Amino acid sequence: MKSAVIVFPGSNRDRDMMDALTWITGTPPVSVWYAEDKVPDVDLVVLPGGFSYGDYLRSGAIAARAPVMPDIIAKADAGVPVLGVCNGFQILTEAGLLPGALMRNRGLTFVCREVNLKIDNAETLFTRAYEPGQVIRCPVAHHDGNYFADTETLDRLEGENRIVFRYADADGGITDAANPNGSQRNIAGILNEAGNVLGMMPHPENLVAPHQGGTDGRALFASLVEAVAA
Amino acid sequence: MIPNEPAITPELIAEHGLKPDEYQRILDLIGREPTITELGIFSAMWNEHCSYKSSKKWLRTLPTAGERVICGPGENAGIVDIGDGQAVVFKMESHNHPSYIEPYQGATTGVGGILRDVFTMGARPVATLDAIRFGSPETPKTRHLISGVVAGIGGYGNSFGVPNVGGEVEFHPRYNGNNLVNAMAVGIADADKIFYSKASGVGMPVVYLGSKTGRDGIHGASMASAEFDENSDEKRPTVQVGDPFAEKLLLEACLELMASGAVIAIQDMGAAGLTCSAVEMGAKGDLGIDLDLDAVPCREEQMSAYEMMLSESQERMLMVLRPDMREEAEAIFVKWGLDFAVVGSTTDSKRFVVRHQGDVMADLPIKELGDEAPEYDRPWVETPKPAPLDPSSVPAPNDLAGILLDLIGSPNLSSRRWVWEQYDHLILGGTVQKPGGDAGVIKLSGTDKGLAMSVDVTPRYCEADPFEGGKQAVAEAWRNITAVGGEPLAVTDNLNFGNPERPETMGQLVGCIKGIGEACTALSFPVVSGNVSLYNETQGKAILPTPAIGGVGLLPDVNKMATLAFKDEDDAILLIGGHGTHLGQSVFLRDVHGREEGAPPPVDLGVEKRNGDFVRTAIRAGRLTACHDISDGGLAIALVEMAMAGGLGCSVSVPGPAHVALFAEDQARYVVTCKAADAIALIRDAEAAGIPVAELGTVGGSDIDLGDGAAISVAKLKERHENWFPEYMAGE
Repeated sequence: MKSAVIVFPGSNRDRDMMDALTWITGTPPVSVWYAEDKVPDVDLVVLPGGFSYGDYLRSGAIAARAPVMPDIIAKADAGVPVLGVCNGFQILTEAGLLPGALMRNRGLTFVCREVNLKIDNAETLFTRAYEPGQVIRCPVAHHDGNYFADTETLDRLEGENRIVFRYADADGGITDAANPNGSQRNIAGILNEAGNVLGMMPHPENLVAPHQGGTDGRALFASLVEAVAA
Repeated sequence: MIPNEPAITPELIAEHGLKPDEYQRILDLIGREPTITELGIFSAMWNEHCSYKSSKKWLRTLPTAGERVICGPGENAGIVDIGDGQAVVFKMESHNHPSYIEPYQGATTGVGGILRDVFTMGARPVATLDAIRFGSPETPKTRHLISGVVAGIGGYGNSFGVPNVGGEVEFHPRYNGNNLVNAMAVGIADADKIFYSKASGVGMPVVYLGSKTGRDGIHGASMASAEFDENSDEKRPTVQVGDPFAEKLLLEACLELMASGAVIAIQDMGAAGLTCSAVEMGAKGDLGIDLDLDAVPCREEQMSAYEMMLSESQERMLMVLRPDMREEAEAIFVKWGLDFAVVGSTTDSKRFVVRHQGDVMADLPIKELGDEAPEYDRPWVETPKPAPLDPSSVPAPNDLAGILLDLIGSPNLSSRRWVWEQYDHLILGGTVQKPGGDAGVIKLSGTDKGLAMSVDVTPRYCEADPFEGGKQAVAEAWRNITAVGGEPLAVTDNLNFGNPERPETMGQLVGCIKGIGEACTALSFPVVSGNVSLYNETQGKAILPTPAIGGVGLLPDVNKMATLAFKDEDDAILLIGGHGTHLGQSVFLRDVHGREEGAPPPVDLGVEKRNGDFVRTAIRAGRLTACHDISDGGLAIALVEMAMAGGLGCSVSVPGPAHVALFAEDQARYVVTCKAADAIALIRDAEAAGIPVAELGTVGGSDIDLGDGAAISVAKLKERHENWFPEYMAGE
């Protein structure tokens, strides 16, 4: 599987993402500088985590207007899978590829910890290697991960099965205590309408090898490999 | 033309922190009255922070060489060979004074400065640690300081993108007027691609890189070289403002530039910015430097030469460039959106010449600026040795379980999760041991090797006995690295003390340095970098002597690392190093009996080495299932920490009087666990090596049972342990 990782000024989990993609897909991804106006033809485009433009103004707001974005939007419209993790998710909402916004965490502080995620939809390009309802471990590390959308949008996301991951307790219970940032309906990751754009706050790329204490994030990348091969 | 020539008066000289005899030295050196810009340059170069004038004599006594040491103190950071063509580059530095005045920005710029020290040598930062100390939790300002400092450390490191894997958080009323922020950064470089600050070649362009120069931070280093008084809040403008985004760009641009082969010498602009960096590069290379300030990128209008030379604006570097590579170099900085300006050149005059708007604003002998800085052999008195505490003077507690709960939920022993969850400790994907263990451990990309890191000091020991306290700080860092299976390589030290002009304080500094030197020599654990922060004193009240030691160790294989968590039911629990008898200066004595008395536990470095080597060998041979060093709170707290981490209880017994065995803080000791069937052989081997070893009991159940009906639920202990910090910060 060929993939591209977009590097914005201030991206900082680009290397983590490239490592994970290299280990799991067997092919090192192409690194694409934000000032390019074209992304090479690939099977997956990834917007990695970080603090693009220092999160000054609003997380993801400036990066969403970078020269590389029109081509990413065009590829997304053409059905190419696009994954945005953390800052990548923020950029995707700012670019209008996903609905809603990521606000400052409820506790107002940066949160780095391992959380549990419930797989709400295991039939996507990104989650088909997981079991429906499966609970996985996954780290979060963000200051602005508090997902917000109006009720109509939330109902629609739920109705169309576009909520892919929710913060959960170890048994899969969707509780307030399990919610690290105050996200509405414990939303940790959502899909676009066509099902080829996923935005998520947690970092599956940081839990893909035994030295990282687990491999729960691996199936996300394995799902994409499987989907591309199919 | 910017008006810029006030007369040099005794008041002006004093405001620059220069003593009359120091000013006389300037007159003798240059043979005329200095300009205001020159006076500023001297004050920047000769203050305590930059010149180490009070400590230099004693710092020279520290062991700095070793088989693996590539570069010791004197450069931006220390460098140690870790094999396979790689080197670890690290240093620790304080940002105490600014963090008290402006906690968020003071802490961010502390982190930013130490990261720059590491990547200016060509290393990519792979970890940071922070030792932070505050006054009593009851002091009204403490909460504000913690929340600002923690947010600042996180705000910078998280955005820059480096995992924060450990450190210390401590409270003591002696830090009420001066909190401490000691930040350590660790990077990895190719051992044959290290960059130094020594300029070479005449007529080479001197290039300014990074962010623009503003008026922030002027006199920052001088502020850090004086005591606080009631007007210290007025010093806010001397605190710099950090921009981690700019630093991240600067990191990537510098590493790209270094790979291009364009760099002859490079130096970050830290304390005293442009002045210090230019003088150091020139003086080290036996060259002069001509600077043209009209070319310096400025953020503000009408900046004078004086302001530009003393600005401590952040995220800036100075470089001597290969002239034929100018275009390539500039293109890299344009790509990253950073300033790149040729601001001068190297000369053979050995003069430091600063021009601005057609005038020469400074013309000084460059070598003397650094080498002729005053150096003091300050009078000092040895701290009187306290008498050892008679353990029988400490009554046995009636309610051991209640005391354990209180201690594990106390300000100083409670969980620091509230702090480290605000730090990204997972970024870069290599963190194999998170904060909360004996040492932070990261796996090095592309290998199975790991680095173990720990920052340690027990200030109350140093206060009671500086020499033993200095030894203990080194021994504890060495032990923490050993307890995860690491081979201790070298240390960086951050010596935080009060006013060295007081002989008692100077005696503490001297005593601690002597202790550090002895321990580093005995443990083959050389000092490769460091920082001294003096004048941590407010209205005559000094901090506890706090020589923080940041140790770095190497694990050949992270798969053979030890952690402190109990692993399996029925594992045997052994005490390596024998039962303790010293309650002097213990946490138990202080927090349960309200007494800070007696001598600290003595450190026998031979025993330390013998016991540690045995434990490390056992870890690497896969004979242990858990390992934890014994420090604050003694054996009892070590066992509770192992139980909480593993979610498993234990049943142990100790010889009487139980409270002495449980809470003594004797050194060179570890609690280890192993499979029950392996215990006999392990005990036999320890005894054969002459190491006292005791079988304490077994892992299992959900309670900690210390005998005598003192069983207490691990869940309950954990709840108290985890709750103190968040409840305190919420104001509950």
